[in-house]
This record gives sequence, C-alpha cells and structure tokens, in this order.
Amino acid sequence: MVDQVETLYLIASFLFILGLRGLTAAHTARRGLILAELGMVFAIWGTVIHPDIMAHLEIAGFFQTYKWILLTFFIGSAIGIAISALIPMTRMPERIALSHAFGGLAAALVGVSEYYREQVIAGHMDHTTMAAIGFEVLFGGLTFTGSLMAFGKLSGLIPGRNITWPLQNQSNILMFGGTFVLLVAVTIDPSNQVLFYAVAAMPLLLGILFVAPIGGADMPVVITLLNSYAGLAASATGFALNNNVLIIAGAIDGASGFILSVVMSKAMNRSFRNVLFGAFGKVDEEDAAMAASGGERVQEASVGDAAMLLSGAGSVIVCPGYGMAVAQAQHVVGELAEILEANGTQVRYAIHPVAGRMPGHMNVLLAEAKIPYTSLMELEEINDDFKNADVALVVGANDVVNPAAKHNPASSIYGMPVLNADLARSCIVLKRSMRPGFAGIENELFFAPNTVLTFGDAKDTLTKVVEALS
Amino acid sequence: MLEIFLGLYIFMLAAFVGYGVIKGVPALLHTPLMAFTNAISGISLVGSLVAAGAHYNNVSTVLGAIAVLCATINVVGGFWITDRMLRMFKKQDPKADAAGDA
Repeated sequence: MVDQVETLYLIASFLFILGLRGLTAAHTARRGLILAELGMVFAIWGTVIHPDIMAHLEIAGFFQTYKWILLTFFIGSAIGIAISALIPMTRMPERIALSHAFGGLAAALVGVSEYYREQVIAGHMDHTTMAAIGFEVLFGGLTFTGSLMAFGKLSGLIPGRNITWPLQNQSNILMFGGTFVLLVAVTIDPSNQVLFYAVAAMPLLLGILFVAPIGGADMPVVITLLNSYAGLAASATGFALNNNVLIIAGAIDGASGFILSVVMSKAMNRSFRNVLFGAFGKVDEEDAAMAASGGERVQEASVGDAAMLLSGAGSVIVCPGYGMAVAQAQHVVGELAEILEANGTQVRYAIHPVAGRMPGHMNVLLAEAKIPYTSLMELEEINDDFKNADVALVVGANDVVNPAAKHNPASSIYGMPVLNADLARSCIVLKRSMRPGFAGIENELFFAPNTVLTFGDAKDTLTKVVEALS
Repeated sequence: MLEIFLGLYIFMLAAFVGYGVIKGVPALLHTPLMAFTNAISGISLVGSLVAAGAHYNNVSTVLGAIAVLCATINVVGGFWITDRMLRMFKKQDPKADAAGDA
C-alpha cells in the first residue's frame, strides 16, 4: 500500500512541475493547468488510500471512514467554485489574499491536529517532527491572519492606509524573535503544551501587526510574500507528515512567491530587506516635505479635445493603473482601442510591474476586455518606444509614470523604474482629481507642456470619448 | 534522523526547480501564476485528508475536517479561477498576426 501511495505521489509531483512549465508561455498555459489538475487528482487518490485511512476503513466501513472527507470536500468545492466563478476580475487581489488565508489556516489546523495526536494523546513526539510542526503553525498562522488583513484592506473593510504606532518595527521584530525562541523551546521539550499553544497563537497576532502598517499600494509585495509563506507552511506540513509531494508543492509555491516579491520590490526600487521588515511607514515623513510644491498650473482638456488628439494619432500607448481597476474601465479601454485600430492607429499597452494591487493585475483586466495579449507590453519592452508614440494615454496611473523617479534624487520614488509617458509627443492623463498618488508626491508629468488632463471618472470619460469618435 | 535529511534534500531541489521554472513565467501571466500555485499549495489537502479520515481521535478529526474544507476551497477554486483567467488571454486575430510577423 505504501508503494502505491508513493507511486501516485511521484506522478503527482512530476505533473505539477510539468504543468508549471506550461505557464511559461501564454499559448501553453491552459495545457499546463490541465496537467496540474491531473496531478492533484493523483495526489488525492494517493491520499485516500493512505495506510492510516485504510486501517480505519477495515474497522469502520466506507461511510464512517469517508463521511467527513466527502462532506467537507463537497462543501469546499461548492464554495470554491462559487467564489471563483462569480468574482469580478477587478477584485482578483482580494480573491488571492483570501485563498492564502484558507491555505494558511489549513496548514495551521493540520499542525495542531498532529500535535494533539502525537503528543497530547500518544505522548511520543520526537524533536524533528516537533520542529516541523512548529514551523507549520508559525507560517500557517502568520499567513492566515496576515492574509485576512490584506483581504480587509483590499476590499475596503479595513482602512487601506498605513496604520502606524510608535516603535512599530522594533516591537514587531521583538515579538517575532520571541515567537522563534518559543519555537526552539518547544522543540527541545515537546511535552510542554503551554509552549506549543503559545507558538500556535503568537503568529496569529503577528500576522495582524505585520500587515497593519502597510498601505494599499504596497499590497503587491504583501500578497506575494504571503504567497511564499503559504508555500513554506505547506512544505513544513510535508516535513511533519513525511509527505514528499507536500514538501515539493510547498517548495514550488514558496519559490514562486519569493520570485514575485523580488520582482515587485525591484519595480518599487525597494531592497528586499526593506520589504521584509515592513519599513513602509517611513515613506510618509519624506513625502510630507515633497508634497508642498504646487502652484503650477495644469492644462485641462475637454472630452472633445482628448478625442481629437486620439483620432489624429498614428500610435497610442495606454498606461493603465489601479484607477482603471477601481473605475472598472478596462472594457471601455478595449472599445476605444477597437475604434482607433479601425482608424489605422497602432494601440499598445505599457504594463508597469506594480500597476494595480497584485503582480499581473492589469494584464488580466485587459485580457478580460478582449485585448490580445500580444499588445500587452512589459516596461522594458516598450519604454524606448514612447518617444516615437503620438499619444500616451494614462488611465488611472500616477506614480508609475512620474518622471521625477528618473531625475530628481530628492523624490522618494527616485530610482524606481517608470514608464516614459513624458517622452510621448503628447500625453493625456485621465484623473479623478488632483489628489496625489500613493507616494503622496506631486507628479511633474501633469504640469509638463505636452500633457493635458481630463478630470472625471475614467470610465465615464472614456465612454464619452468613444461616443465622440464613433 | 535520516528521513529529515531526505526531506531537506527534496525541499532544496524542489525549491531550485521551482525557482528555475517560475523565473521563465512572463509578467503577463503573473496573476494566473499566483492563482495556480495557490491551487497547488492547496495540496495541504493531502495532510488534512489523512487527519480527517484516519480517525485518530475526535479533535484531530474535527480539525482535519475543517482543514479539508479550507484546502478544497483553494484547490477547486484556485484551478477554476486560473482557468477562467487563462481562457481570456487571446492572441491577435490571424490576419493581424500575420502582419505582425512580416
């Protein structure tokens, strides 16, 4: 029986990695997904014939053995499908944050369950298993509450701005260190239940405290980090249960979250250490001084002016930002592009890595609006083309098109890679108001002589532009 | 003692393989990638299933059953939403594509 289980797990692991490889290109991605789904079927198959379950099956019969599994599996599937089928693409970041919370909770619960079985009931927990379970509940708990906080902030249930208090980083790091010491202590003495439940409870608090100080626009980094932690929690579960497919899948998930958080922190010009220790609150102080400029005048353009600029353009580069998601403007962006393309205008999209609230957010929204992915360009691909473009159309983006990042060392975003929207022949910025972006600084792009601003909800404005052009 | 080292080797190698493969995923697909890895990490379902099905004791069974619920939401929901996203990614229509290749 053990041989069968391990064979099935081996096939599952192979299919997971093969499936992941499919994701390296858009045209093979769905095939990869099917392989991974198949892998999951093998993994589950291997598990329901696990020796411990089979032992119970012989005593208790099929129904008694599988009733809880079947019940929760069907309810879980129904909830999973309902959430995934109904949620709008603009709310994808919340959806991902919520699923990290479920993943963390599942790992933490299995950890507690294992501790209860091996230590509280049987009384023979060895040190290595204890260490694995310790890491499992640590990462699981941290991911659970941290992701719930991220979910709350992204969905607006909790204020999205950064909540700060004195000595925040110091106390957080101290508490994290304290939890780690408890983990070491319970590894040395697994029989101390108070220590174990402290190790299980502390991360729940830590998750809340770590994410509280982090503002909405930094969420891409938070989500990717929590993705990584969810993977580590799954891996730790694998160590606790001596289950290799869990170790492998968890390691892959952890690596994926790690890569994405490095990509995100690079795109924000933050060091990885700076991201890890949540020194986000610092941005405020530096920016207070910067925000004081102003007094300059911006050029306002009516919908008609904007439509005229666009209709006369030979090439247009759209720079979408989080504002596009908030206004749900992706579909009307697609309609506008269709009209312009029918007119012979080349329309492309410049996607900044941190535009939106999670990695790749803008790509998904634009794909939803039936825009071919071959027109979606990464920052490096398209940045040299802005100088040849007639119009850069900025839809709900701000800091990612701020030229100050390129030449003003005093700016807090100096050094961050930005889209060269300022180099296009002219630039149309769709903005709700003159309120500064997340970094709280003025955007000199708005005051440039070749920039015009059209105020209002991006969706309304673009709808009117589309009407004017058709 | 040997088992833990075997596990660490597997973890290390899997992390490198994961790193190598995922490095090649274009930014275009980063959101589906997150949903995808999320579904895969719902593999903790495997651990929960044993806890829920082996009936070691009532506490383990109840905790395991809740864990199965959470993990299933991730596995089924994660694959579902990844598919929903990937279905949206379309290439240009053939004639525009041919022009692009020329």
